[in-house]
Amino acid sequence: MFEQITEQVPLFFNYHNLVFILEAMGRTLGMTFIGCGTGFVFGFLIAVLRQSRLRALLPLRLLAIAYVETFRRIPFLVVLFIVLFVIEPLLPGTSLFGIAIVSVCLLSTAFLSEIIRSGLESVPAPQIEGARALNFSAVQMLVMVILPQSWRVILPPASAFIVMFIKDTSLASQLGVIELTFAGKMLVNRGFSPLLGFGAILVCYFVLSYPLSRFAAYLERRLAPS
Amino acid sequence: MHHLEIKNLSCGYGSVEVLKGVTLEADKGEVVSLIGPSGSGKSTLLRALIGLTPPSGGEVFVAGEKIDYASRKALRTLRDRLAIVFQQYNLFQNMTVMRNVTIAPLKIKKRPRAEVEKEASVLLEKVGMIDKRDAYPEELSGGQQQRVAIARALATNPEILLLDEVTSALDPERVNEVLDTIRALTDEGITMLIVSHEMAFVREISTRVAMMDDGRIIECGTPAQVFDAPSKARTREFVSKILKH
Amino acid sequence: MDYTFQFAEVFKELPYLLGGAAVTLQIAFISFWGGAFIGIFGAIAKVYGGALARRVASSYVVLLTNTPALVQIFLLYYALPDAGVLLSPMTSVLIGLTLNAGAYLTEILRAGVISVRRSEMEAATALGMSRLQILRYVMLPHIAKTIYAPLSNFFVWLVLGSSLAALFGVEELTGRAINISTANLRSIETFVVVAAIYVLLTVVASTSLALVGRWAFRVRAKVF
Repeated sequence: MFEQITEQVPLFFNYHNLVFILEAMGRTLGMTFIGCGTGFVFGFLIAVLRQSRLRALLPLRLLAIAYVETFRRIPFLVVLFIVLFVIEPLLPGTSLFGIAIVSVCLLSTAFLSEIIRSGLESVPAPQIEGARALNFSAVQMLVMVILPQSWRVILPPASAFIVMFIKDTSLASQLGVIELTFAGKMLVNRGFSPLLGFGAILVCYFVLSYPLSRFAAYLERRLAPS
Repeated sequence: MHHLEIKNLSCGYGSVEVLKGVTLEADKGEVVSLIGPSGSGKSTLLRALIGLTPPSGGEVFVAGEKIDYASRKALRTLRDRLAIVFQQYNLFQNMTVMRNVTIAPLKIKKRPRAEVEKEASVLLEKVGMIDKRDAYPEELSGGQQQRVAIARALATNPEILLLDEVTSALDPERVNEVLDTIRALTDEGITMLIVSHEMAFVREISTRVAMMDDGRIIECGTPAQVFDAPSKARTREFVSKILKH
Repeated sequence: MDYTFQFAEVFKELPYLLGGAAVTLQIAFISFWGGAFIGIFGAIAKVYGGALARRVASSYVVLLTNTPALVQIFLLYYALPDAGVLLSPMTSVLIGLTLNAGAYLTEILRAGVISVRRSEMEAATALGMSRLQILRYVMLPHIAKTIYAPLSNFFVWLVLGSSLAALFGVEELTGRAINISTANLRSIETFVVVAAIYVLLTVVASTSLALVGRWAFRVRAKVF
C-alpha cells in the first residue's frame, strides 16, 4: 500500500492536479461564504422580524418561525435533494452549483437567524425601556442600542457556525458540484490511492477550517462577557 | 387646571391588577412623593404614566390634555413632555456619558449638535459629572451612573420628571450625592413625581406626600400631615415602622 | 408548470420509511454513546492529564473537528481495504460518526468539568466529604447542568448527521428515501415526507431530552 503511494506522489502533485484541487477549494469556500453571507443578511431580517411586536406582521412571523424550526431539523442532504427536485423542473438549466448555493443559503439563514436572535435577546430589558422612555423608534433602538450591544454575543457562535458549515458543504459533492470532496472522489476514480486522494482533501479542509476555528475560539475568549 | 391629573387609573400585568384606581393630581412645579410598602404599586404608577406598562383603565391628563395610551403618536408627544429616571439607571452601556445625555436631543429631537452639547455640559456640570464625560457607564459607580441618568432625563427638557426609587440600588454612602442632585432641581419649576424610601428626604423636599397601599392612594397631604398626623392606621403603621430604621 | 402532487404512493411506503427512521436512531444512539465513552477519557485527559495525554487529546479533537465526517468515512471505507481491512458501509459510518462524536463530546464534557468551581471543592473538603461524596454531591450536579443542553443539541445534530450514511448505501431514513424515489419517481413528495419525519424525530428527541433534564437534573432546557 505504501509503495503504491510513494510511487504515486510525484504523479499526484503535478501542476494540473494542484490547479484542479485549488479550484475545488475555491468552490468550497465560495459556497461557504455566499451561504453564510446570505444567511447573515436574511437571518438578520428574520431575527428582527421575530423581535417585532407589530400585529400586522404576525402571519409573517409565524411563517418565519415555521421556516426556521423546520430547516434546523432537516439533514442538509435532504434539503439538497428537495431543492434539486423542485428547481430542476421549474428552472431547467440551473447549474448544480446554483442548486447547491440555494440549499446552502436556505440552511444557513435558518441557523444564523437563531444565533442572531439570541444575540438580540441578550440585551437586558432595562436598556430597551430606557430607550423607549426617551422616545426611540424601533429602528433607532435597534441601530443605536441593541446592535452595538449584541454583536459581541453574536460573533463567536456565528464564526463557530461558519467553521461547521465549511464541512457541511462537503455533502454538495453528492450533486456533482466539483468542490473539495467531489474533487477527491474524481482523483481516486482516476486511479490514485484513496489514502492519497482523500488524505490530500482532508488536509485542504483542515487548512480552510483550522485558522477560522482558532479565530472563533479567540473571539469567544475575547468577547465573552466576564 | 392641574399640570398632571390622574383619574381612577388602573393597570396590571396579565390578570394581576397592580393599580386599582389611582387618583392623584400635581400642580406645576409641585414635588409629589409616593410612599408605601413594596408591592403597593408605586413604581407601576410611574411606569404606567410614561406608557411602559400601558394602563388598563382610567384617565391621565397632562396640562388638561387627555393622553391616549393606545396611540403611538400620542405616546411620542407624551414622552417629549415626561421623563423617567429608573432604579437601575438604565444608561446605555455602549455609549459614553456625554453620548448618553445627548443622544435623545440629537437623534430623536434632531436639534443642532453645538447647542445640545453646550446644554449637556451645563447639565453634567450641575450633577457633578462633567469630568467623566468620556467614561462608559461600566466604569462608574452606581451613584455616578444615577447622576448621569438624571442629566440624561433632563436633557430632553421635560415638564414632568418621574423618579423611580432612584437611590434604592445605591451603596449607603452614595445616596446623598444623588439626593443632593435632586434637591438642586426643585427650584427649577419641574413637576416631579418621586417614589422613594428615604423618608427624611421625602419630608424635606415634597410639597405633598401620597401614601399608597394595595394599588390605591389611601392618604394624601402635606408632609407634616402625613408624617405627623396621619389619618389612616395603615399610614401610621408604615410611617412609624420605617422611621424606626 | 402543472404538477400534481401525489402523496399516496409515498404513504404506501410509510412503514418502510419508519423502519429507516429506526435505523437512523440506532446510528445516532450508537455513535452518541460510543462518542460519550471516548469523550469522558478525552475530557479527563485534557483537564487532568499530563503533557502527553493533553497533547494527544487536543490533536484528536483538532483533527476530527476541522475536517468533514464524510471525507473521514471515505477514508475508512475506501482506503482501509488497501491495508487489508475491509469494513462494511454500516461499520465505516458507525466508526466515523463515533470518532467524530468523541471529539465534539470531549469538548462539551471538558466545559462541564471545568465548570466546577475550585472554591466549592474546597468547601466540600472542609466539610469533610469523601472523594466519592464530592463527586456525587458537588461535581456531578454542576457538570450535568453545564453539559445537558449542549449534549441534547448534539444528539439532534447526530440524528441529522447520520443521513450521510445513505451515501454509502446504508438503508436508514435518507437511504430508503432514495430507494423509494428512484422506484416511484415521486421524488419531491418522498423527500418532503422524509423531511417531515426528520422534523418529527428531532422534535420528539429534544422534547423528551428536555423533559428528562428537567426531571433528573432540574435543567430548564429550551425545546425550541
